[in-house]
Amino acid sequence: MGMHDSLAEYSWMQRPITIAIAAVMAGLTACGGSPATQAASGPRIASVPNEPAAVDMGPREQTADQQVNHVLSRLTFGARPGDVEAVRSIGVDKWIAQQLHPERIDDSKSDAYFAPLESYHTDAEELQRKYPAPNQLLQRLGAKGDRSKLTPAELVELRDATEGVRKITTEAQSGRIDRALLTERQLQEVMTDFWLNHFSVYIQKGPPERYQLAQYESQVIRPNSLGKFHTLLESVAKSPAMLFYLDNWQSQADSNRPRLVAQGGRGGGRGALLGRGGRGGRGAQLTPQQQQALAKRRGGLNENYGRELMELHTLGVDGGYTQDDVINVARALTGWTMPRPQVGGGGFQFNPAMHDAGAKVVLGHKLAAGRGIEDGEDVLNIVSRHPSTAHYIAFKLVRRFVADTPPAELVARAAETFRRTDGDIREVVRTILSSPEFFSRAAYRSKIKSPFEVVVSALRALGAQPDPTLRTAQTVATLGEPIYGHQSPNGWPETGDQWMNTGAILNRINFGVAIAAGRVPGVSPTTWKGAESLKNASVEQQVDGVVSALLGGGVSTDTRQILISGKNPFLDSAAALDTTPEMARPKPVDPDEVLMMLPDPAGLGPLRGPARDRAFGKLLPPAKGLALIVGLAIGSPEFQRR
Amino acid sequence: MQRRVFVKSGALALVTMGLSPSFLRRTAIGMELPLAQKGKVLICLFQRGAADALNVVVPHGERAYYNLRPNIAIPAPIRGAANLGAIDLDGFFGLHPSLAPLKPLWDAGMLAPIHAVGSPSNTRSHFDAQDYMESGTPDAKGTSDGWLNRYLATSGTCEQCAPTPFRAVAMTPQTPRILEGSAPAVAMNSLEEFAVRSGGGDQTARLEALYRTGSADLIHGTGQEMFEAVKMLRSANPQQYLPQNGAEYPKSQFGTRLKQIAQLIKSKVGLEIAFADVGGWDTHVNQGAATGQLAQRLDDFAKSIAALAADLGDGMENVVILTMSEFGRMAKQNGNGGTDHGHAGAMFVIGGPVKGKKVYGKWPGLAPEQLYEGRDLALTTDFRSVFSEIATKHLGAKNLNAMFPGYSTSSSLGLLG
Repeated sequence: MGMHDSLAEYSWMQRPITIAIAAVMAGLTACGGSPATQAASGPRIASVPNEPAAVDMGPREQTADQQVNHVLSRLTFGARPGDVEAVRSIGVDKWIAQQLHPERIDDSKSDAYFAPLESYHTDAEELQRKYPAPNQLLQRLGAKGDRSKLTPAELVELRDATEGVRKITTEAQSGRIDRALLTERQLQEVMTDFWLNHFSVYIQKGPPERYQLAQYESQVIRPNSLGKFHTLLESVAKSPAMLFYLDNWQSQADSNRPRLVAQGGRGGGRGALLGRGGRGGRGAQLTPQQQQALAKRRGGLNENYGRELMELHTLGVDGGYTQDDVINVARALTGWTMPRPQVGGGGFQFNPAMHDAGAKVVLGHKLAAGRGIEDGEDVLNIVSRHPSTAHYIAFKLVRRFVADTPPAELVARAAETFRRTDGDIREVVRTILSSPEFFSRAAYRSKIKSPFEVVVSALRALGAQPDPTLRTAQTVATLGEPIYGHQSPNGWPETGDQWMNTGAILNRINFGVAIAAGRVPGVSPTTWKGAESLKNASVEQQVDGVVSALLGGGVSTDTRQILISGKNPFLDSAAALDTTPEMARPKPVDPDEVLMMLPDPAGLGPLRGPARDRAFGKLLPPAKGLALIVGLAIGSPEFQRR
Repeated sequence: MQRRVFVKSGALALVTMGLSPSFLRRTAIGMELPLAQKGKVLICLFQRGAADALNVVVPHGERAYYNLRPNIAIPAPIRGAANLGAIDLDGFFGLHPSLAPLKPLWDAGMLAPIHAVGSPSNTRSHFDAQDYMESGTPDAKGTSDGWLNRYLATSGTCEQCAPTPFRAVAMTPQTPRILEGSAPAVAMNSLEEFAVRSGGGDQTARLEALYRTGSADLIHGTGQEMFEAVKMLRSANPQQYLPQNGAEYPKSQFGTRLKQIAQLIKSKVGLEIAFADVGGWDTHVNQGAATGQLAQRLDDFAKSIAALAADLGDGMENVVILTMSEFGRMAKQNGNGGTDHGHAGAMFVIGGPVKGKKVYGKWPGLAPEQLYEGRDLALTTDFRSVFSEIATKHLGAKNLNAMFPGYSTSSSLGLLG
């Protein structure tokens, strides 16, 4: 512990002088003196950064090989064939430094894949106009809502809308997997995943949400994922995805509070909310009676975002705020809204007619009466620079990168970096990734993969092609982590114990079985890069090749023996689970009876279809040879770790 | 520190504390918890989409009901044409005619409808209202776990019960919000799918061996637990299941899932909490009346539940079925022959321990001044009151404060004996 204390002091007091030397030294250490003979097959770097990794000169407990595996397991979604050699050749520290600057890494292959995907290049309003929610369309078609009474032309329209919604959903969900699979900017993608979970939104919040997701990911989160925390927070606060998800778009001054301008004075575009099916037109002016009805129907203050802004996004639940702070933060943010989310919104808008213009006190800071958007801007400044926020964000990042129980000294140092750099996420992450705690033996392979990480790491190891369909995303959902599918705003678990239960591990094993049977789109268990040389090799060589490609080389003798041979001393044959077909021959699944992977709160479910990966519903032909070994490796306990 | 735990085929083994499988950890903690009652089962059924309570449990004695719903009201009971009007219960309330399969349960004193029940929150968002009903904390979104899970986490299993991975099962693709939390719960799409998918060879045996290499960490332990669970289920032989007492389950997804819940109960794998959900209740457009869209949903709903009750037969003495939906719908019909989102709703409580043949809940009336915000059925019973009563009286829960933090009630409806 004393060591950590002194390191903490050292790292921030002497950093400017020592980093350059440290980088060189650590680079040598990481390479372990072995010649970098293999050609780097890694990404092309647009410009060689003249910036060394900031490295604490502390001792590293991990061996040079372990460090390579470790950074690939924590800074990426899993090593591809050749990645180990590439990192070894570049040097662990220099490679980290590269990853910390994604803008300098060429990513044309990934960009090319996403170029034709409409959701990523079209604003949400246009998407929703083009592909209306089927329920909304049915409503618009009026009294003929009963599908059986639709005209042929209307049925076509309905079918197109359903297909369009499927396309939007598919692009948003598959896009997450395919980007993680393809991008050379792996650390940026890990951070994108981290922030999308930190600022979690839910695809089934209501029909408008799904149209926002691709933009939220690619415009709001990713560009800011290694930038300034305040900028990220403000981008999220103004994003239609969050405004809609946490209801701030409809939060307005309570009736006993002064408004910045009288209702009806501005923001007339909101009037369309009163119209059914969005016929009101954007500029429709409301009568005073309509304004009153609108205010009544939509209530007054909504504390939802104000509360989560502090509890989940910044200070943390024990960060030292009160219910009064929640109310005053919510008041300050009234009028932060978007026009007409039901028909696609139009981006962030400040509506003074909704804004509570009274004076407020937020976390001890006075906000004067009579102000507008500045109220909310001040709140974001206050909460993003609150000491609790530095600690909370540092804690979560250390938990993500180092250990489920974060070393307190490292959290303190990372929080100090956060404060010193005014919330520069890149520098906070750099502090963590250069720490002795990060390279400790205790941290090595100590994290349990999330379902998303299980799937993507397998795809990467086997050199999979991106899957433009929803199937791989459904596999991730089957494993327990539907993408954009966390209903409550606290996001998916970030510690391993919460991912481990009987159903979850069964699904993970079955994912391996499906890979072995060749039932996962875009991936083959026997034709991945590296498999060619194993095809005619001995079973021992095949096992060692698979262990190296999928398990980072580290398995026990017992595990290796089981992978090599069916015989094992750990299972008396009588106790073994036999799989004779009388066991489970499930009936074929009727696609009409299979719900979409996500619960559909509205019940009428436009998103129905052959939803689940069939590979999970049926017994699969037994795998043999190399495919069997690959399937066993993915289903093994070791593969669940990173 | 070591604990005695169940690991293999019911045998006890020693596992280092902190590394034991999840349900075993809970069992270890459970030693200090109040004990659940042996063999008691609670089946929660969620009607997602907001079922129209006023057309499910019909207030045919209320004149305002017919004024509010000129085209979609369920007619008062019609002598000689039972399928066209409400099925009378007590002279004031009646069941939708599609709920006829449930009438024998009413007659047997096993069915208790509750009216004007639901969440005190004023939200009319499906998302929020389902969230509140499942978290059990209306208007508090920060709650990370569901109330059924908090029940599991704060109640022990019974003294005679073997630890089982099947204590809580959701027949859903993912763990539902209501069962999310620290206590283990198994979610499965179907019993058939709860199996290793390898169709032959020694793949499955080798996978199991990989989890039995002697390492006592969480992953290995959970894997062993899983293989035990798969074997336990297999010995229950779900493929050979024949419903009893002439029960005929609809071939729908909902009917199939209720059948599989019955299978789990009968196979004695230790099921205490079961969950399933069914969609299709968001009837904004053309919901119909005695026939039509809502009638079709109710037909499947009632036939499935009636089959489950028949199939379980005498076993219903230990079973309570609880149905819920996130809110009710507007008292007045809308311009599309449907109903928009409302407030209070209705629940059914069904089972041997239920004091049935009575409609519970104070009826608030449907006159304009009696409606909530001038438009919806008002709330007279907080859903937590119902959940609390069932948890304490049926399951033996002691720690209601943990299940419903910040909620206390002095009165209960007296649903259970």
